[in-house]
Amino acid sequence: MNHLKKLGNSLLAPLLALFLAMVVTSIILVAFGSNVVMVFQQMWGYGSKASSIALILNLATTYYLSAVAVAIGFKMNLFNIGVNGQYLLGGMTAAAVAGRLTLPGYLAIPITILVAIVVAAAWAGIAGWLKVSRGVSEVISTIMLNFIALGIISYTIVRTNVGEEIAVNVRGTRKIPTSGQMPGFTFPNSNIEVYGFIFIAIFIGIGYWFLLNRTRFGYDLRASGMSPSAAVASGVDSKKMTLYAMLISGAIAGLVALPDLLGSSHTYTLNFPTGFGFTGIAIALLGRNNPLGIAFGALLWAFLDVSSQQLDLVGVPREIVTILQGVTVLAVVIAYEIVRRNKVKAQQRDVGLALADNKEGLVL
Amino acid sequence: MKKRALPRVLLLLSGGLLLLSITRVVSGANDLTSTGTMSAAFGLAVPIGLAGLGGLWSERAGVANIGLEGMMILGTFGAGWAGWQYGAWVGLVTAVIFGALGGLLFGLATVTFGVDQIVAGTAINILGLGLTQFLAKLLFTTAPGGGATQSPLIFGELPTFTLDAVANPLNQLQKKDLFLISDISGMISGLFYQLSILTILTVALFGFTKWLLWNTAFGLRLRSAGENPWAAESLGVRVNFYKYFAVIVSGALAGLAGAYLAIVATGVYRGGQTAGRGFIGLATMIFGNWRPGGTAVGAAIFGYIDTLQLRDDANIRGLVLFGTLLLLVISALLLKSGRRNSGIAFMIFGIVMGSAFLSANSFPPEVAQVAPYLTTLIVLATAAQRLRPPSADGIPYRKGETH
Repeated sequence: MNHLKKLGNSLLAPLLALFLAMVVTSIILVAFGSNVVMVFQQMWGYGSKASSIALILNLATTYYLSAVAVAIGFKMNLFNIGVNGQYLLGGMTAAAVAGRLTLPGYLAIPITILVAIVVAAAWAGIAGWLKVSRGVSEVISTIMLNFIALGIISYTIVRTNVGEEIAVNVRGTRKIPTSGQMPGFTFPNSNIEVYGFIFIAIFIGIGYWFLLNRTRFGYDLRASGMSPSAAVASGVDSKKMTLYAMLISGAIAGLVALPDLLGSSHTYTLNFPTGFGFTGIAIALLGRNNPLGIAFGALLWAFLDVSSQQLDLVGVPREIVTILQGVTVLAVVIAYEIVRRNKVKAQQRDVGLALADNKEGLVL
Repeated sequence: MKKRALPRVLLLLSGGLLLLSITRVVSGANDLTSTGTMSAAFGLAVPIGLAGLGGLWSERAGVANIGLEGMMILGTFGAGWAGWQYGAWVGLVTAVIFGALGGLLFGLATVTFGVDQIVAGTAINILGLGLTQFLAKLLFTTAPGGGATQSPLIFGELPTFTLDAVANPLNQLQKKDLFLISDISGMISGLFYQLSILTILTVALFGFTKWLLWNTAFGLRLRSAGENPWAAESLGVRVNFYKYFAVIVSGALAGLAGAYLAIVATGVYRGGQTAGRGFIGLATMIFGNWRPGGTAVGAAIFGYIDTLQLRDDANIRGLVLFGTLLLLVISALLLKSGRRNSGIAFMIFGIVMGSAFLSANSFPPEVAQVAPYLTTLIVLATAAQRLRPPSADGIPYRKGETH
């Protein structure tokens, strides 16, 4: 019963936020003369088709990895805005290496994954190092590193022989040979393949849960996030923790580009989707850094993104979904804050009552 | 202390100029100090500087604002939407209002509800982008000359001024190709050439902000909200009022930056036209140590580098040489003042850059593309301990709570 109550409480804020976001978007839709019921019906109808569900699973895999990368930083009060640059740089390097590997899959795929992890972790490590040794805020340094990564990528693809003309006027890394691609499975009743990487994402989620809740490292990490001074007093080396947290966050960020690279595009071009890092921030917030919560958030976000494709066809700009997502993020953090304040107030009241009782006892 | 500040700035400025003219002569990149370059750089510095000034307002009141980009996007849209229907002036005002509304929403989340400021900023960025893309598709697709991501042309222009009395003689002097003198005259005449009224307004806003925040009681109270809101509250300062005021001004300035991009720089609203300038603005503010003068210098440098990227390839090679010389000079100064480790680090950077200059005949534009960000990162890495952000920057404050 207690567990159920706890679950209900933790679901309340995100559901409330989503509801509020839907009300706001409905008002916007009505203001511009759209039929709200029709819009949501269209989205649900399109989003619940088998082929759409397959696409949602694929997109959610990517979002999930990005959100876990962000969440690890959040757990230690680190704001890794650099997931974007980390996954792009890691993905580009991994794709370039994978395109030149002629090894069987059981060797090629792990090597590709390793390259992505190492490059992205190193890129995040710069921000981590700057933070612990020079006191530079990771928010600013990762924003700068994002832009620098974009410059490096554009230079490498356009001007070095890492990039090749893979189609007319499209430069990209050499196509990953079939042996180096990751097989998926066809979703029932559709002709769309679900990325095999989804299993790695699930594995990462379990690993994330285990690391946080079942290891000394995870305990230290959470302690440092909740009360840095208390953690230091109990012997945690906060600088080392910051650096490690940043490196792990970056390592997972490195995986973000891989579902797509290994599962469908097989080449990195300058058109490779950017912005998953920011999506990850939103989803990590929505899921409260909890591995299951993040999974729900990733599925919801992916559902919104996929089902919105239908809207342009019925004359409603599909960017209404971006508005919905933006309002949700804003509303969910506000909702959490209100819930937290109420909790603090209730606690203070309880303490006050208890003290008052006690005082009477003393007088007697 | 204060008395020494001005000569030091002048010394730095003249040293920089000397380096620049040496660079020009050695690398043969004559555009490096031309009137055209300076004029363009000044223009590009305006939106960056306005965004930086917006960030300064907000952070001085203790609210870290990474939502500048979103507010700037709202500004570009407001300028395009009102501009093509009612003209440039109405577009300008609308852009400022739209930006300010973004600031108001940001204030609601961060001041009233006290949520994490970085998160709220991220949300504003998502919202600004989504809202403008949605509205652009609805409102511009059917408009004459518009499209799903672009507004019709904004009609009417904001006035521009050229101070001929200053610009012309200096321009003549520049053409004489004299060492240093031509460089200085070229650069100065660029500052008086085809000035948009918004450029003049921006310069005035920098001066006004400096005066208001550092020379008035109002400014002291606003800054106290960013340094120690709990102490300010105990002295009767209405902290939340100042925080709201600051974030709304911050949004308005970001909106104005958007207006500049839409009305002056391009003449239309176009999706993605801010291109991360909100973030660059934030970087200039940090670069400038949360002060108007420093922010202005940062914006000027970033605008200058931005310009070189758009011009001749030779300029980028010149930029690399300039960077090399600058790093070596800084290294020498550091070594002289006894900071050995930093001095050696700068020397290594300088030698790496110098060998790049010697080994390559031309540099790709990406070098200039990443230069502002790399510069910021190096400045942060070497001077982070000397930079001093407002003490309570980024920390949520709630009335009546102790800290």
